[in-house]
Amino acid sequence: MIPAQFDYVRPESLSEASQVLASDEDAKVLAGGQSLLPLLRLRLAYPSTLVDVGRLPELKGVHDRGDHVFIGAMATHDEVMRSDVVRAGCPLVAMAAAHVADPAIRHRGTFGGSLAHADPAGDLPAVVLALDGVFVARSAQGEREIPAAEFFVDYWESSLGPGEILAGVKIPKLGEGWGFQYEKFHRTAQAWAIVGVAAAVKRSNGAITEARIGLTNMGPTPLRARATETALQGMELGDQLRQACEEAAADTSPPADLHAQPDYRRHLARVLTHRAVRTAAGAP
Amino acid sequence: MPRITVTVDGIKYEEDVEPRLLLVHLLRERLGKTGTPVGCDTSNCGACTVMLDGKSVKSCSVLAVQADGCDVLTIEGLGVNGSMHPMQQAFHEEHALQCGFCTPGMVMAAIDLLREDPDPSEETIRHGLEGNLCRCTGYCNIVRAVRRGAQEMGQAVRTP
Repeated sequence: MIPAQFDYVRPESLSEASQVLASDEDAKVLAGGQSLLPLLRLRLAYPSTLVDVGRLPELKGVHDRGDHVFIGAMATHDEVMRSDVVRAGCPLVAMAAAHVADPAIRHRGTFGGSLAHADPAGDLPAVVLALDGVFVARSAQGEREIPAAEFFVDYWESSLGPGEILAGVKIPKLGEGWGFQYEKFHRTAQAWAIVGVAAAVKRSNGAITEARIGLTNMGPTPLRARATETALQGMELGDQLRQACEEAAADTSPPADLHAQPDYRRHLARVLTHRAVRTAAGAP
Repeated sequence: MPRITVTVDGIKYEEDVEPRLLLVHLLRERLGKTGTPVGCDTSNCGACTVMLDGKSVKSCSVLAVQADGCDVLTIEGLGVNGSMHPMQQAFHEEHALQCGFCTPGMVMAAIDLLREDPDPSEETIRHGLEGNLCRCTGYCNIVRAVRRGAQEMGQAVRTP
């Protein structure tokens, strides 16, 4: 379908963009457009104005900042998955970015756009949550940092305020001893995850000393599998891993849709968590 | 109405466009580039794939205004002097199409994946074409065609 009419502005700076957004509550940010354009075409969204931030240089690129990697909001998935800085500093992000949609969509779709869209079925929110990323938002009032745990509010709703634009995300580097895995279960190659699991696992002298697990599409926001994270602490690799991963669906509220009922999603979360943790922990 | 400048298949155009105009509609309805079809209208099928500044995109998921100042290559810009591009020829030789609706997008996606890997394995091809759906062929002949096209292109040393 042809989208409904809207105005279009391409601001020269981030501050100009946030002024437009602050002055019109029906204006929407246009990044790569790979989530927004389908919504416009299906007439599920009727913005008054699209504020195209896709070319703003201040939002571009991936930067090594010592203790963290700063991923500019307009870095494309393709850039992120190929970036040496990302692969070295936060490999889980590169791994998950390679799972987003398909190559043509990864050429246009952006890291920040995907996260600000706050779709709990998206691959990146659970990963940034698992890695305790910090969202950097800019507005006329200045810069605000939002921890990942506070960024996702509900289905397709983030804690960005009116006039606030996501500038980028800080992903802390985890250092030595960590392993990573993103497991995605989907019906077709380019489809959203029915369930996805992001795992970062640290081992020392054979035992797991810390585990961080993010769940995709197990509720209105990405979630951490806290019970499993706690149960894994101090555990050696072996059959008991499965036991710990049985808790992966605790405190989740997975949706029911065409592809899966909640009980099936809970089952998937347990199975995929076990797979992701095993791989991340380097189990044979 | 915003005015954009866009180069399509080597020719520069200046167009006044409604912001809601999709790139694929600019190509087809304003510039007459009907070689690029609209398939699914939901960004799934990849039939409308074109190159935007050298990288494959789904032209139903790009606004014409977003392509302002950019270089677009469509299936119609591949052939030289009336002869088919080696990848098009390979699709012909390997019978990689039946109805042909997905073919323009398949060919563009295939050429795009060779940027990264000029001699791709079957697995690389299958992953590279994840965003392109074909409902006729079962993909086997398409994969064969991409292998063949890659080899021909390697020999011809002619990339778009």
